[in-house]
Amino acid sequence: MPKATVFLLLTTCAIFLTGCADPNRDAVKIGMNIELTGEIPAVGASSKNAAELFFNALNEQGGVSLAEGPKKKVALIIRDNGGKADQAASVAQQLISSQDVVAMIGPNSSACAIPAGEIAESLKCVMISPWSTNPKTTLDQTSGQPRRYVFRGCFTDPFQAIVLAKFVTNDLGAKKAAVLYDVSSEAPLGQATLFRDTFTAAGGEIVAFETFTTGDKDFSAQLTNIRAAEPEIIFLPTYYNDVPLIAQQARRLGITAKFIGSDAWSSPEIIKLGGADVDGSYFCNHFSTQIATDEAKKFIADYTAKYGQAPDDVAALTYDACGLVTEALKAGGQNDREALREAFAKIREYKGVTGTFRFEPGSGDPIKSAVVLQIKDGAFQWVTNAQP
Amino acid sequence: MTRWFRQPPPRGVLLTLLAAGLAACFVIEQFGLVDDYVRFVLITLGINIILCVSLNLVNGWMGEFSVGHAGFMALGAYLSACVSVKWLAWGDPLWMFPLAVIGGGLLAGAVGFLLGLLSFKTRGDYLAIITLAFLMIVKSGLENIPYVGGARGFLGIGNQTTLLSTAIWTVLTLWAIRNLVYSRFGRGIVAVREDEIAANAMGVDTRKAKLAAFVVSSFFGGVAGALFAHQLQFINPSVFDLVKSTEILVMVYLGGVGSLAGSILGATAFTFLSQALQPLGTWRMVILPLLLVLLMIFRPRGIMGMREFSWFVPRREFPAKEEKK
Amino acid sequence: MDYFAQQAINAIQLGSIYALIALGYSMVYGVLVMINFAHGDVFMVSSFFCFLLLLLLPVPFVAALIIVMLATAVLGVALERLAYRPLRNAPRVSAIITALGCGLIIQNTTLSLSPYSQRMPELFVPVTWNFGGVTVSSLQLLIIGVSVGLMIGLDFFIRRTRYGMAMRAIAQDRITVPLMGIPVNTMIALTFAIGAALGGAAGVLYASAYPVISATMGVLIGWKAFVAAVIGGIGSVRGAVLGAYVLGSVEVFTVTVLPSTYRDLVVYALLLVILIFKPYGLLGRPAVQKV
Repeated sequence: MPKATVFLLLTTCAIFLTGCADPNRDAVKIGMNIELTGEIPAVGASSKNAAELFFNALNEQGGVSLAEGPKKKVALIIRDNGGKADQAASVAQQLISSQDVVAMIGPNSSACAIPAGEIAESLKCVMISPWSTNPKTTLDQTSGQPRRYVFRGCFTDPFQAIVLAKFVTNDLGAKKAAVLYDVSSEAPLGQATLFRDTFTAAGGEIVAFETFTTGDKDFSAQLTNIRAAEPEIIFLPTYYNDVPLIAQQARRLGITAKFIGSDAWSSPEIIKLGGADVDGSYFCNHFSTQIATDEAKKFIADYTAKYGQAPDDVAALTYDACGLVTEALKAGGQNDREALREAFAKIREYKGVTGTFRFEPGSGDPIKSAVVLQIKDGAFQWVTNAQP
Repeated sequence: MTRWFRQPPPRGVLLTLLAAGLAACFVIEQFGLVDDYVRFVLITLGINIILCVSLNLVNGWMGEFSVGHAGFMALGAYLSACVSVKWLAWGDPLWMFPLAVIGGGLLAGAVGFLLGLLSFKTRGDYLAIITLAFLMIVKSGLENIPYVGGARGFLGIGNQTTLLSTAIWTVLTLWAIRNLVYSRFGRGIVAVREDEIAANAMGVDTRKAKLAAFVVSSFFGGVAGALFAHQLQFINPSVFDLVKSTEILVMVYLGGVGSLAGSILGATAFTFLSQALQPLGTWRMVILPLLLVLLMIFRPRGIMGMREFSWFVPRREFPAKEEKK
Repeated sequence: MDYFAQQAINAIQLGSIYALIALGYSMVYGVLVMINFAHGDVFMVSSFFCFLLLLLLPVPFVAALIIVMLATAVLGVALERLAYRPLRNAPRVSAIITALGCGLIIQNTTLSLSPYSQRMPELFVPVTWNFGGVTVSSLQLLIIGVSVGLMIGLDFFIRRTRYGMAMRAIAQDRITVPLMGIPVNTMIALTFAIGAALGGAAGVLYASAYPVISATMGVLIGWKAFVAAVIGGIGSVRGAVLGAYVLGSVEVFTVTVLPSTYRDLVVYALLLVILIFKPYGLLGRPAVQKV
């Protein structure tokens, strides 16, 4: 019976294909759940580059040394989450349940990292998000307690909001600010409300608080509202791909106020896509190539040599996240999720290329300093440092 | 061999197979016989079969073109998540989860009833557009309800969808829809597809048939959504967008309209192909639609369109041979 | 007042772009009674054509517009010839599914080739004028001007030329028309060519108004334009234009009074209400089912 044969053939074929032999059986497997396609592909690409750079170098030295036996190589298993929250959750499930990774790096955007963290927590696997700044990433949603298995490799939004509010009031002397942000994405929403609160507390006034939704291309209605409110600066806590369109439409409407951004701006793509419209804007970031330590200089040189462009903050943070995982693997001494989580929780201080990470006991959030950068003449210029 | 499949199975075979299958699901789950990934894919397969068969009722047997199935999924997913996370979180999953799934199905079914009422006025393309509007309204409506997390999604859903519960719901769906389309009443649904005016003239209550098709289809769409939510443990409105609906449509038309076996085949092929082609990245979504387009050009009704695997056809449909007195 | 006027200009600009895309949906539906779901992605590809063209050689605006329109027309005809014509006598649903599939193929091929968004080089430097608080740029005027010009041209073509008459005849009765000596295949290909070319024009204008282009933008804008065509009465050319301006205004003015997340809700609720009370759109004619 042809029908039945076709059916059986298809099924066996598919099962065979999905369960092909695993070449990394003996290695320490680390999963990456990153944004290779979708709205912010540059973020995923930087993350992938940095992780490959880190682990290739590590594997050339023989791999990671665990307590028993010889050094083990590290195998990276990279999966694309498309920058979408639901895909990030299902990728996390796949990596942890089927690929059997010992730890997961990523996702980077908070919208993806929060649900993925939920999965990692329930499946008891260490996850470290290099770039997600939203406080909810490391918090258990039901109990409000810190998650046990989820860590991050960057500062959080409440700190970033204070840095920006201070910078805008003290350094730029602005009193009236407008905010335009993506209401459907977790990080921008948090940054917008936190900035509003801290800026108002610092004596400023929010004259317009406008929203849009992921995927919007026309902001003329919101910008016309903002223009009527006459702000001195416009805070745009949105991802790098939305900023150019907003900036360009604002300039065409005759808005001359300076733009202020969050760390979501950090990809160099913003300069390529934004051109003159974003020139002169300031934003808060994790890392600047201009104030690098010796270790960071080596990383920047290696990265530039391999990929032909300087690393952005996502790359640097991913590099540090890889470093943190390796550190914990060594300390835990076993290729085992639970041992890794115990060792990770015991890390108090780590010196990375983006500065020093300090962890408080019982918290997955490091205490780190921030920098403020300006986009000037087609490059990111360092402006100032901000200590926690 | 050929002969044998043209006949219904010997009595009791289907029931035995079913019982064995469900028992296997239970055993596999209880003793962790397969790795979590295989389990994940099998659950996805079950959910896809439910979605595919239930959409086939409206798009295949009744011959309308609904693009709103993901909307029913969304309703079922969100209601069941509310039940299991917010309203009955204190309950034992053993009875609370089935309740949540049924609740999700009922909400979807009730909304399907309303959509069915609209189908009295319009048909064809315009009804398709109404289902599109329905889908987008559900999606953007959910984005504006902070109680369920708005656009950022609903967190904290427990991992309660088991292989066994998915298998039971899949069998229930297949059983219900088989019995509906082969019933006297269900012939009315097929009559609507063939010629609504003639059916009306012959005394078929086409309105009732349409309502029944919409309600049953959306009920099971909601059930699938509920299972999906408790498998993924996270839902947000943009999960249930046109892309999701398109995926279900692809399964239906790949397998074939108006056929239970076709729906199973379509869902299976789609589920396994999209897992197996994973390494291709975005090219995967070039290859799958290309297959579909080629299939449509060379076999416009899908692999099993309008044909049925004889084991799914009720015994009374066959010319009575050995059943003579 | 100037605030209102500014928003009105925003609405007209958005509506003009929707109108050009909506016309593509409406023309194909009018002639073939088929929803060409791939049209949004054809529009998207056209702005990538424009991007590539400007990357290779910097041509002036008018030349770019014409070249891209021609290229997109070729794509439209190719789609018709390869994917839709073999299905012309198949069940209608198969054609719709094929269109959906073609859209996915175009979109994901573009996405695989260009996963990053691209910055469109400027076709010309726009000048902005300020009339008592209302800012108008030469680009906005150009977009509105080119769209309205193309729409008037199309209306003239359909109502006053022999080709247009043939198209309307095919829409009315595809069985009798070939008996009158009208080459149906050529006319249908021509319909696709014109529809796609208008989408191509929309792609160029859109890419100069919103100069960051990505492979997924066709979905969102394509569906909105489709909604515009339906609101106006799908199959009706004037209806598509009316629907597009209605939709543009509703979108812009919703955001001025409500949070932006309500925009889609309002748009699709409007669509539903219109279809319930005027099932064939504002200017559409009811299809009579022949027994």
